[in-house]
Amino acid sequence: MTETVPAQRDASMALQKKILGEHYHALAQAPETGAKTAYTFVPGNLTELIRSFDMLPVLPEINALQSGMRKQSGDFVREAEKLGHSEDVCTYVKCDIGMLKGGNIGPTGEHIPDPDLLLLSYTGCFTFMKWFELLKQEYDCEIAMLHVPYQGGGEITQEMVDYIVRQLEESVIPKLEKVTGKSFDEDAVSERLALSAQAEEDFVYVLESAKHRPSPIDGYFGGVFYIGPIFSAFRGTQAGIDYYQALRSEVDARIAAGKGPVTPAGEVTDERYRLVVEGPPNWTHFREFWKMFYEENAVCVASTYTKVGGLYDRGFRHDPSKPLESLARYCLGCYTNLNLPQRVDLISDYVREYSADGFLINSVKSCNSFSAGQLVILREVEERTGVPGGFIESDLVDPRYFSAANIKNRLESYLQMIEQRRQPVGATG
Amino acid sequence: MASTVEELVARAEALALDVDLTGVAAWKEADPARRVVGYLPVFVPIEIITAAGMHPVGIIGGTDQVEIIRGDAYFQSYICHIPRSVVELGLSGRLDVCDGFLFPSTCDVIRNMSGIWKLEFPDKYVKYVDVPQNFDPEIGGNWWRHEITSLRADLEKLGEIEITDESMWTAIALHDENRRLLRNLYDLRSERPWLAPTSEVYLMQRAGLVLPVQEHNELLREYTEAATNSDRPLMDNSRIVLAGAFCEQPPLGLLRTLERAGCWIVDDDLLLGPRMITEPIIDPEGPVGDPVDALVKAFLDKAAAASFIYIDEKVKGAELADMVDKRQAEGVIFAAPSFCDPALLDRPMLARALDERGISHISMKYSENTGQFQTIREQAGTFADALKLWSDA
Repeated sequence: MTETVPAQRDASMALQKKILGEHYHALAQAPETGAKTAYTFVPGNLTELIRSFDMLPVLPEINALQSGMRKQSGDFVREAEKLGHSEDVCTYVKCDIGMLKGGNIGPTGEHIPDPDLLLLSYTGCFTFMKWFELLKQEYDCEIAMLHVPYQGGGEITQEMVDYIVRQLEESVIPKLEKVTGKSFDEDAVSERLALSAQAEEDFVYVLESAKHRPSPIDGYFGGVFYIGPIFSAFRGTQAGIDYYQALRSEVDARIAAGKGPVTPAGEVTDERYRLVVEGPPNWTHFREFWKMFYEENAVCVASTYTKVGGLYDRGFRHDPSKPLESLARYCLGCYTNLNLPQRVDLISDYVREYSADGFLINSVKSCNSFSAGQLVILREVEERTGVPGGFIESDLVDPRYFSAANIKNRLESYLQMIEQRRQPVGATG
Repeated sequence: MASTVEELVARAEALALDVDLTGVAAWKEADPARRVVGYLPVFVPIEIITAAGMHPVGIIGGTDQVEIIRGDAYFQSYICHIPRSVVELGLSGRLDVCDGFLFPSTCDVIRNMSGIWKLEFPDKYVKYVDVPQNFDPEIGGNWWRHEITSLRADLEKLGEIEITDESMWTAIALHDENRRLLRNLYDLRSERPWLAPTSEVYLMQRAGLVLPVQEHNELLREYTEAATNSDRPLMDNSRIVLAGAFCEQPPLGLLRTLERAGCWIVDDDLLLGPRMITEPIIDPEGPVGDPVDALVKAFLDKAAAASFIYIDEKVKGAELADMVDKRQAEGVIFAAPSFCDPALLDRPMLARALDERGISHISMKYSENTGQFQTIREQAGTFADALKLWSDA
């Protein structure tokens, strides 16, 4: 395959770019329009609730990864380190701090307003708590904490749900009311949850389309675009529904035509390797990273990263009949809130369900929530599924931790190993 | 005849360095019904283990004594050191004496280790202990009550016993006494650090990780009395507070190096877990009501500030700055383990709070098996000299 410039894109990507652009523009206009903003996180986000108060969500993780893709994160990270932030800690946090100090200019080049509320949904990642404690020192605004218990015992219990619902009722919603001056409207939340559930159906359809051979999508590199609206600001919106309907139609057309996924260099026409991937991608060299896969005709058919904002493909849907309980169960079910045995089960199931040839872990330095235990996951999944596991290392948004030659070497060796295992016994010299 | 300081320190050091848990094994062998429950840093409601008649054992890794052979294969290079040495201890059979393990909500690494333990040691009892980050008695308090109650039920099952309210109150009283003795010892060290230097006080604390609480209380009483009555010469070092070492522990050599460099450590967050509750849980009038409620209230109202507990309405760093004032310290040394998210993410906020109060500070990193202290000695020595020359304290 020969790479072409500019990169090829699906029509749905253009639609996504449009709605994201509109969202960032609305944020930039907030000081004039009077719209209130809530900074919050992707896993365990309460978008429907936030939107029911007519607030605009800002996702600092998304800003950080966008800065990574725009090659700005390196400077932001270094700026934060100059201010005393350790080189050892999460680069999303440092990128965000650096961006803040540089004027908080968003991916569309417009200013992102200061938060009216820091909504700390503490789901699946300890660093989130520290992140917003740090931001609390930077902004004069309200802060609300939502503690989401970890699934240490491997299940969601009623006590966990009740604990979260009580926090929503007694702590989070009063803060939203205080900041906006509006009253909580449960029906408005339910209406939005119903919209979310519609989009979630189409989203799952798209993810599961990768069970086809050839897969019409790349469930990791392409997947990060597919999760964009539903993991960020567009759950519970008509724009979100429109995007996923358009995406589903596009995928249907690809399935009917027997086509592979679209990559920046064109379609994968000869699917050679089907991989399940664990861990977030690297953002600073995203396209270069993806190229290493599609040049080898390796397609990622499923990934865990596309589940950090919810495990919809395992059956979860937002339920308008029980709005707060549904939000609680959503928060509890996000991928990094699963314990390690659950993660092993999930990845092993993906390997089987998606007929994968192997599974690969991209271990990122920044994220202990993902990374601590991945080497155990590697061994366990190999043992249970019999397919070979691969392991590469990079980082989220610190370009200093992306070693292209090392990653390419490891990936090529890994794919060769898969190839060798396909040979009949005695066929290799 | 009472033991000398030297004898007590030697005993504590032998206990502190007993990574094979031989003393704990001997305790267990005395009665086949006995059970041992290990807990990782930082905070678990240790009273429930004692109330169950079980031996709580603090597991803080292999420090600088254990060569990591298999543990490194479990964790990437950018993850702190304690999990790899704990895994090494587990795989080498040194933790076989433990029937159960508690993994508290300290950070994502300790949290994920609970899952590793479930996978690697499926025959052991494993619980992730999720402390509340909401401090409303009716919300976070209820959650903590649920966690404590489920732990109590689990230990009843593990030990095939009933944990009565009476045994709960007895255990709470023992640990209240333990914390009182530790506070006394810390006060002595702050008032006359040359009598009870950190290199010894720390060993006394460490010994408590592998001793039944009654025995530890006796050791603390003996040492405090012996140290108070010793005639060690006054040394005019700089007075500093050590912060950031609440989970993975620095090697003993590092603490000794700081003292040799001219620093009296007059307060710290070393081995914070057993000292997290800063006031007696039992009211002066005696036990009243439900002991679980008392434990819940203690966590909500009497817990020390810590990185792994949400700051909520409090001011980040205020407690550390207050500690500096209370101990009449001249500066703070941030000593955090490499790759320790809670300590390192907190550090800029704590530093800011100190700056606002005009308190000097320096930072350094270590891992539990750090073996070279020359740079640390130079850094700490320079800091101590600077404090002596230019501090107002």
